[in-house]
Amino acid sequence: MKVLMFGWEFPPHISGGLGTACYGLIKGLNVHNQEVIFVVPKLYGDEEPLADFVNASEVEVDYREKKFQETWENLTYLEINSYLVPYLGPEEFEKYTDYTLHHSSDIDETVFSNKFQFSGKYGKNLMEEVARYALVATQIAKSKDHDLIHAHDWLAYPAGIAAKEISGKPFIAHIHATQFDRAGQGGASGPVYEIEKAGLQAADHVLAVSHLTKKIVVEKYGIHPDKVSVLHNAVLDASIIKSDIQKHVPEKIVTFLGRITYQKGPEYFVEAAKKVIERDPNVRFVMAGNGDLLNKMVERVAELKMGTKFHFTGFLKGKDVDDMYAISDVYVMPSVSEPFGIAPLEAVRHNTPVIISKQSGVAEVLRNAIKIDFWDVDAMADAIFGLLHYPSIAKMFKELGSEELKNLKWEHVAAKLVTVYEKLHNQKP
Amino acid sequence: MRTICFYFQVHQPLRIKPYRFFDIGDDHYYWDDYSNKSIIRKVAQKCYLPMNALLLDMIKQYNGKFKVSFSISGVCLDQFESYAPDVLESFQKLVATGHVELLSETDAHALSALASKTEFKRMVDAHKAKIKRLFNGYEPKVFRNTELIYSDKIGEMVADMGFEGMLTEGAKHILGWKSPNFVYENNINPKLKILLKNFQLSDDIAFRFSNKTWSDYPLTTEKFGKWLNAIPKEQETVNLFMDYETFGEHQWAETGIFEFMKALPNMVFNQTDFSFSTPSEVVKGGKPIAKINVPVPISWADEERDLTAWLGNDLQNEAFSKLYEMEEKIRKIDDPEIWKDWTYLQTSDHFYYMCTKFFSDGAVHSYFSHYETPYDAFINYMNVLSDFILRVENKVKELQAS
Repeated sequence: MKVLMFGWEFPPHISGGLGTACYGLIKGLNVHNQEVIFVVPKLYGDEEPLADFVNASEVEVDYREKKFQETWENLTYLEINSYLVPYLGPEEFEKYTDYTLHHSSDIDETVFSNKFQFSGKYGKNLMEEVARYALVATQIAKSKDHDLIHAHDWLAYPAGIAAKEISGKPFIAHIHATQFDRAGQGGASGPVYEIEKAGLQAADHVLAVSHLTKKIVVEKYGIHPDKVSVLHNAVLDASIIKSDIQKHVPEKIVTFLGRITYQKGPEYFVEAAKKVIERDPNVRFVMAGNGDLLNKMVERVAELKMGTKFHFTGFLKGKDVDDMYAISDVYVMPSVSEPFGIAPLEAVRHNTPVIISKQSGVAEVLRNAIKIDFWDVDAMADAIFGLLHYPSIAKMFKELGSEELKNLKWEHVAAKLVTVYEKLHNQKP
Repeated sequence: MRTICFYFQVHQPLRIKPYRFFDIGDDHYYWDDYSNKSIIRKVAQKCYLPMNALLLDMIKQYNGKFKVSFSISGVCLDQFESYAPDVLESFQKLVATGHVELLSETDAHALSALASKTEFKRMVDAHKAKIKRLFNGYEPKVFRNTELIYSDKIGEMVADMGFEGMLTEGAKHILGWKSPNFVYENNINPKLKILLKNFQLSDDIAFRFSNKTWSDYPLTTEKFGKWLNAIPKEQETVNLFMDYETFGEHQWAETGIFEFMKALPNMVFNQTDFSFSTPSEVVKGGKPIAKINVPVPISWADEERDLTAWLGNDLQNEAFSKLYEMEEKIRKIDDPEIWKDWTYLQTSDHFYYMCTKFFSDGAVHSYFSHYETPYDAFINYMNVLSDFILRVENKVKELQAS
C-alpha cells in the first residue's frame, strides 16, 4: 500500500504533539512495510529518513494548468486576513511567529509563482499557508503515485481534499485535536471549525485519537459513527528514564506541566493546591509552562497566599522538562478537554505517579492512574494527598504504570491502521 | 528671609538575578552583580559624577550660600563602595564642605516602617552607623522615609528615635487649602517638625523639564524665578525634593538640566528674596504653623500619593507579608549572610516591580523595571524568598538542636 500523507510538522522541528504523533505512526507503519510519502510544508534536512519525504516548499506548481487555478479559487475562502492563532496563546504566538519570513507577501501577486516558501509554523499567515499547502498538494497528487490519502488535523485537510480531487483515491482525515478542545464551546464558529468540518465531511474515513474525540466528531461535526475509527496514540520508547538530578528542596513536589491555557485546566490545579497545602504545608506545587492564563494563575496564587509554596517556571524545554518530571512526586493533568495527552505517559516513564482528568483520551489507555473530573478539585486534592502520604499506592501506580506503558507501542497502533487502510482500499477498487 | 530647600534622593536597589525554581534550595546567591555594577557605573557617568562636580563648584563659588541635602540609601552606599569608590569620594568631598546635609533613612530603602517598629529602628540605626563610618563621623538630624512615606504614627516613631524633623510629600488630599510652603508639626508628637514637598515646583524640574508638550516648555531660570516670586510673601519655605537621578539620567544632559541648575542660584540671589537652606536649618529657623493630620500613609508616588505603587495588589501584599513573617525567626539567628539578604530583600523596589497599576499603559512603569511584566517580578522574587525561607528555617532548626 502506498500512502500519501500530509502533516504539518515533523521531529525534530516541532512545537506541539502533532509532529511526535506523526513520527510514531510512520515508525509503526515501517514495521508493517507500508510505503509512506510524507509531505510537510517545510523540511529542514535533519529529519530521520523514515518515509519518502516531500518538502512542500520545494514543489514547483505549474500555474498554467487550469486544474490548479480551480483549486486555488476554491480555496480563496481560507484567505481571510484573520489574526488567527488556533494552537497558541498570545504570548507563545509572539514567540513562534516568524514575521520576517513573509511578512508582506501578497497572495494575489505571488500566487502563481513556481515555488512558495512555507514557514511551517503557526504564525500570522497560517491561513495563507494552509491554502497554498493545498495547492501544492494537487501537484504532488498528480506526480506521485499513491493508493490512499491520509491528512493530519485541519491544517492538512484542504491538502487532503485537493489531492483527492486530483487522484480520486480514498481520503482519511486523522483528527488529533478539535477546535472544541482548544476553544471550548466557543469552538463552533470561525474558520478553523469550518475547515475541520469540511475535512471530516469530505473524508472517506475519520481517525480519532480517542473515544472522547470520536464522540465530539460525531456529536459536534455530524459525522456518522461508522465512518470514525479510534486510533489511540502510543509511546516511542517505554523504558524508564533514569535521572541523576538532585532535588534541592525538602518538600514533596506536585507538578502541572503544559500550556497554561483554558484547555489544560490550570485553574483547577491551583485550587486543588490550596486544599492540599491547608492540610500539609510540606508540599510545593509547580506550574511549568507558558500561556495566556499564566498571569491570571499568578494572581490567584498570590490571592490564595501560597506564593512561597506554589512556583512558576515559565516555558521549559529539553533537559529541564526531564528534570521537572524526575523531581516530581506527583504529576497532574487536569485538562478540561484533552483529545489524547501524551504528557502523563512521559511522567510514568520517569516513575512519577499521575493524576489525569477523565476528560482526556489518555485516560482510555492508562488504567493505572488516578482519574478525576477536571472540575472536581476536592477529588484532585484527595488524590494528590493520597499519593504523597500513602507510599504503597504511589508505588503500585509507578510499577503497574510502567508495565502498562510497555504495551502502548506504535507498531500496535500501526497494525490497526493498516486494517483501516486495507478495508478502505478494497472498498474503492 | 524666605528660603529654598533642596533635597536629592540617591538610591539604587540591589537587583535580583533571574532565579529559577530549580535554584531553590541550591543557589543561595540572589543578586545580579553584573547589572547592578553596570547600572551604578552608567548612572555614575551620566549623573553622580558630573552633578557632584557641578554642585561642588557652585558651593565654592557662592561661599556656602548655595547648599543642598542628600539622602543616600544604605544599599546604594554599599554599591558605591563596591563598584564606584570615585562616586563615594565625590560625595565625601561635598559633605566635607559643611554646606551639604545628609539625611537619615532606612538602610535598605525599605518599607519596614509599615511592617515592624523594631525592624524599622534597626534599619535606621544601621544606616546611621554607615553614614558615620563613611562620612567622618557625620550624624544626621533629619529623617526622610522611603519614598517620602509618612503618617502620624510613622512620624511618632521617628520622633521617638530623636529626630528633629522629617520630610514628606505635600499631598493635596492631606493639605486641602493649606500650603506646603510652611513648617508643620507631627500630629502626635509636635517636637517633630514636618517639611512638605512643593510638588508643583519640584516636578517642574524633575518630570516636566524636558517635556516639549508642556505649555511652559522650555523651563528657564527666569521663568522659575517668576513662579518663586508669585508665592505669597508669608509663605517662607519652598521644598524642592526630587530623585538625584533627575540630573543627567531622567533628564539627559542634552536637555540643558545641568546648565539650568548652574544658573539657578544667581537668578535666585538677584531676582528673588529667597536664600538656600538645608532641612535642619529650616527645622530650626522656621516657625511651625500648624499640626498636620495624616492618619493614612502618604508617599510621593503617582497621582494618588499613596502606597499602591508598592502594596496595591495581591502579588505585592503576598510578597510583603511572606517576607515580614520571617522577622521573628531571623531575630534569633546570628548569621551575617542571612541578615544581609534579609536587609536587601526588603528594598521597596522589589515590590514596585510587581505593580500592575501601569501594566496596561506600560511606559511609565517599565522605565524603572528590568522585568518584562509585574508577574515575572513576582515569580522571581518569590523563588528567591522561598529559598531564603528554607535557609532561615534550617538555621532555626540548627539552633533548636544545639
